[in-house]
Amino acid sequence: MVRELTCIICPMGCGISVTSENGKITGISGNTCPRGEAYAREECTNPVRTVTTTVLSTDGRPVPVKTEHPIPKSKVLDCMKQLDSVRVKLPVKIGDCICEDVFGSRIISSANCG
Amino acid sequence: MELVIIGGGPAGMSAAVAAYESGVRDMMIIERDEALGGILRQCIHNGFGLHRFGEELTGPEYAWKYEKQVKELGIPFKLNTTVLDITPDKTITAVNPEDGVFTIKAKAVILAMGCRERPRGALNIAGTRPAGIYSAGTAQKLVNMKGFMPGRSVVILGSGDIGLIMARRMTLEGAEVKAVCELMPYSGGLARNIEQCLNDFKIPLRLSHTVVRVFGKERLTGVSVARVDENRRPVPGTEEYIPCDTLLLSVGLIPENELSKSAGIALSGVTGGPEVNQDRQTTVPGIFACGNVLHVHDLVDFVSEEAETAGKKAAEYIIGIRKKNADVTLKTDGRIRYTVPQRITEKSDVNVYFRVGDVFRGACINVYSGGRLIASRKKARVAPGEMEVIKIKKELIPDSGELYFELEAKK
Ligand code: SF4
Repeated sequence: MVRELTCIICPMGCGISVTSENGKITGISGNTCPRGEAYAREECTNPVRTVTTTVLSTDGRPVPVKTEHPIPKSKVLDCMKQLDSVRVKLPVKIGDCICEDVFGSRIISSANCG
Repeated sequence: MELVIIGGGPAGMSAAVAAYESGVRDMMIIERDEALGGILRQCIHNGFGLHRFGEELTGPEYAWKYEKQVKELGIPFKLNTTVLDITPDKTITAVNPEDGVFTIKAKAVILAMGCRERPRGALNIAGTRPAGIYSAGTAQKLVNMKGFMPGRSVVILGSGDIGLIMARRMTLEGAEVKAVCELMPYSGGLARNIEQCLNDFKIPLRLSHTVVRVFGKERLTGVSVARVDENRRPVPGTEEYIPCDTLLLSVGLIPENELSKSAGIALSGVTGGPEVNQDRQTTVPGIFACGNVLHVHDLVDFVSEEAETAGKKAAEYIIGIRKKNADVTLKTDGRIRYTVPQRITEKSDVNVYFRVGDVFRGACINVYSGGRLIASRKKARVAPGEMEVIKIKKELIPDSGELYFELEAKK
């Protein structure tokens, strides 16, 4: 089986073909750099995404946040749901921890607010 | 004052830091908004800074890298301040709530005002004038900075990066994005954004489609989309009604150059920004331009790089360095739409940035000087959405005349 992917690791956006037999990857081609190969492997086994969004501060202003590490792609919308109820007290600085563990990643602030 | 920088976004901040590092002290950044950072403040997604910092940053994180330097170096900046006018002799009139209207006479000016979105009016969509039609950037500001959702069921016109990013953002916040329509047969956005913003959420991308009519009295109730032919004209009979309460327009960016005009700067008919030389100096001596006010960039990393050139060269201008040993005009064949810079006035290695007008495969970019091929670069694929660069070596730059940029390729 051949699966065509678009690498999302950098703006080049290389098209990558992944060949597999009985669920085992037998070939990866099209990537320009090794990071593309790692991406393709992960995308076919355990796809992950970094989530960037906002959570509300106690005074109602949105605070930009992100997952510190990529989380399973299938959990992205659940992650959003969990963050719905979070209220942050201002001020926050870039890198401040907002939530300890959401599907295996910390949620950290990605802007200075307040 | 020696140097005034107009705009405190990524271009302005990076130019300011570079000018400071080149010795300028008597300087100021003027910013219209309530904080430094420009458009990056609302671009909360990641993907910035891979070239410059080797990591994936969000917009505010990227902006902070420069804001921090501006603050640590003690470069003065005025917020909430709008520049009203620049004269050709570099007198700047500005206004803010604290100082009222004031003027500054500057030795050098760097224009870094960025760009704005093309509005609906420029599109001629038929129908009523209901609420619920936003430019994608306005919607982005509402969602990311005001915490306000513009609507629940969305159609997006335009598949440039902002349109794609907003398709994902609206979806994450619980809206249903019914389609992204693109007038052209290809998307103007990065392939990675089509993958992670549309495909991840199974949002359909409808190439060669446009919105031909909007419906709704008070609020938008739906749009009619149609296929377009190769001349981008809607094909009768292909209209399809899509119910929605929100239409986002991501249909292009225009460099913001009202001030440049009042300063008497020559603007390029193609980029909409000033015509500049390799130093990013405009046709008015001592006025420089960088970032999206000059030409719309895809990656902020290149904005920072360009702004550094402008900052450094403005510093040289201030201390009286005038190097002019060439007078060369850069011309293109039309397949290549434009180059930046448009002129070369000094023999030094010059990176020439350019954009093509269509998608071409198996492309070869050739540069000729007086009929002689002086530079050439092969690319498997070139597209209007991706800025390209070719380096011209110092020893190959003629004293005067033209450099001709030509694209050889199959369509
Ligand atoms: S394969 Fe490498 S060069 Fe290509 S998009 Fe992925 S990271 Fe970028």
